[in-house]
Amino acid sequence: MLRRFSNGSEPPGPGSTERETLVSRTTGRSRNAAAATSLFLASILALTACSAPGADTNDEPTAGGDTTAAADDDWTCGTDDVTLEAYLETGFPLSGALFEEFEKQYPNVSFDVREDQFAVITQNAPRVLADNPPDLMRLPQMSDLVGDGLLYDLDEAAAHFGWDEWPASQLAQMRVDEDGRRGDGPLYAMGKNYSMTGVFYNTELAAQIGMTEAPKTLAELDEWMQKAKDAGITPTNQFNGGATGGLAFPLQLLMASYGSVDPINDWTFQKPGARIDTESNVKAAEHLKKWIDAGYFAADINSLDYSQMMGQFIDGKSLFIFNGDWESGSLDTQMAGKAGFFLMPPLEEGGKVGAMSAPLTFGISSKAENPQCAAFFFDWIATNDDARTLAVEIGGSHPMGPADAFMPEVDPASVTGQTLSAGATIAEDNGAMEFIANATGAIYAKSWTPNLQKLVAGEQTAEGLLQAVQADYESEING
Amino acid sequence: MNEMRTTGAPGRREVVAPASTSLEARRRALKARRLRRGWAALGLVVPAAFFYVLFVLRPLVLTVQYSFYDWNGVGASTFVGADNYTRLVEKPELLGSIVNALELIIYFSFIPVVLGLLTAATIRKFAASRLALVSRTVLFLPQVIPLVAAGIMWTWLLATDGLVNEIMRAVGLGPVTRAWLGDTSTALGAVGVIGAWVALGLCLLLLLSAMTKIDPALYEAARIDGAGAIREFFAITLPSVRQEVGVCVTVTVIAALAAFDIVFISTQGGPANSTLVPGLEIYYLGFFSREVGQASALAVVFMVLVLAVVLPIQRLTKEED
Repeated sequence: MLRRFSNGSEPPGPGSTERETLVSRTTGRSRNAAAATSLFLASILALTACSAPGADTNDEPTAGGDTTAAADDDWTCGTDDVTLEAYLETGFPLSGALFEEFEKQYPNVSFDVREDQFAVITQNAPRVLADNPPDLMRLPQMSDLVGDGLLYDLDEAAAHFGWDEWPASQLAQMRVDEDGRRGDGPLYAMGKNYSMTGVFYNTELAAQIGMTEAPKTLAELDEWMQKAKDAGITPTNQFNGGATGGLAFPLQLLMASYGSVDPINDWTFQKPGARIDTESNVKAAEHLKKWIDAGYFAADINSLDYSQMMGQFIDGKSLFIFNGDWESGSLDTQMAGKAGFFLMPPLEEGGKVGAMSAPLTFGISSKAENPQCAAFFFDWIATNDDARTLAVEIGGSHPMGPADAFMPEVDPASVTGQTLSAGATIAEDNGAMEFIANATGAIYAKSWTPNLQKLVAGEQTAEGLLQAVQADYESEING
Repeated sequence: MNEMRTTGAPGRREVVAPASTSLEARRRALKARRLRRGWAALGLVVPAAFFYVLFVLRPLVLTVQYSFYDWNGVGASTFVGADNYTRLVEKPELLGSIVNALELIIYFSFIPVVLGLLTAATIRKFAASRLALVSRTVLFLPQVIPLVAAGIMWTWLLATDGLVNEIMRAVGLGPVTRAWLGDTSTALGAVGVIGAWVALGLCLLLLLSAMTKIDPALYEAARIDGAGAIREFFAITLPSVRQEVGVCVTVTVIAALAAFDIVFISTQGGPANSTLVPGLEIYYLGFFSREVGQASALAVVFMVLVLAVVLPIQRLTKEED
């Protein structure tokens, strides 16, 4: 023991061994910690790669219509096996039916379908189009997507297929110019059909209060609402809960009754200087406020979502709802003979009418593998008789395409028949409007919805509503 | 042989190891062992560390980085310095969302902790019986149900013709009934009730397990001294579970401030922004307005806010300990 000490080394023995073990442990730990820390830091650096986010997508080819077409002018699906990647909205059986029919007619083509809720599509659209490019995709508000070069330019397809000769209003909403304004410029999307909005009513409840035909003026509509209320029937119902301010439907329809649709479209298409708080629009908002204050809407509309509204209407809980013809098919089966449709009546009998009318837009990713086959599919939907029949019978809406194209036979008394004929009226009156909720990406969730909910809660005036939305609109556009 | 040094009886080592080589060999062995241990430990840490870096640190660093850019999530980005942060101050709607989150603390944290304490103290008394098992299970069940399902269920319950209003009508409270989630004055409270319902189970279970660890002798002593149930609760039960209360408060306060799922499912921030919370605002900014930089800046500020609220709570419970 003593020899060891003289050696100058530490005394061996249980104590020292323990201490050394301890020392070795601590150094080992600190080393591990050091190693781990450096590993962390290195990984963070490696993974984050301190470059500006998103800059790398900038130089990738965008809107490649020209290059693709130059390489290959075959606007068909060819004869080799093709799989079209499709990203669709859940709950709309039309696409599935069209795919099935197309696969039958063109056996070399098959569809690989992914479905999501529309809200999910809205939030994922840019990333999906960039990273996981679908050949066909249901599109949300598209001006941002075009600005980022994510959508395939369909101008060449339009020229090849002769879409340019269709009524121009069908395609206007899907054109986006260099400044991201819609209504003009190259074509970036195509519709599966185009929808129509107005007022649905329960014919049984209508009969109870003596309403046998659709009101011809706004004043008449007011009267029926009052009569329904007096008879203990909820006059009208609308989804206005959560992030979905469905009162935008009656509001915009009233705007078309009070004024011309053009300034409204200018606003939605972001024409410079366009305003939503115009005199006639304020009157329309005041009319809506009048309905709210008179108790014509169900008391709980601020908590009601779309499917609850539909469920209640089908159960006969309200006389009217403001909605679109995408429900015509389902109302024809679920309320057969008990539902009717009319356009929002004008101020004076025989006056011009308007309606939100938008194509059910589908686009092609600028990086899609089979853009020409997808474009061929778009043309087929609009021109093939079977496809047009499906668009009407399953989609409930008017198909795209030339004005004189084939139309399937529809019972004029059915809801589908009524919405189709209403569509013809709108076309005559040039009363088609894009939905005011689609003016910018966030205007619906962040401005229309909270302000319409405030209107219901009595925390906002008709004029204040439009001014608030106008302010949000300007701040969004000017960034 | 060298291995034996550490594992064998220390007294015998001297004899076994020759004096001239032992020191050198031992050092080398120690070094080798240290290395081996180091690698083994590293091997154990790396998988977890990898995922921690990938899914926690990396997003954190990226969020901070994004917050200095004007970026829409896809296209090119421009560096804007602290602009995103200064713009946050200019948004009045943002202040409202933070106030809402603070108000939610009452429902998500205060109520469940108080109720949890009371129920746990009650259940403790018959802890061994079947009734205790049943009530524990029933009260903990909300914790097992996914928040999304809970949110959907409660939106039905709280609807105009939902069960809550039906019961109120049945007992003569008809005039008070309303669409609880659709009224700007009651929506936040209604969302809070859902949160309280979910959080109660967690608090109850945690506090109950803490209470069962309290020495029964303390209660006996208290009873001999003539303490009633209330006195017993404040003198023995509450001080004994102080640490668990701290955990409950911390977890639920974070849940309140970071609330997203329940609000998103039940009201989506509406009506009229009355239930808008920062988590939802970040989501809207990032995915609807596509202002990823702005959303990131809000997320960073919000994280600091959560830390500022939660750290003092942590310190408080530690000091009291």
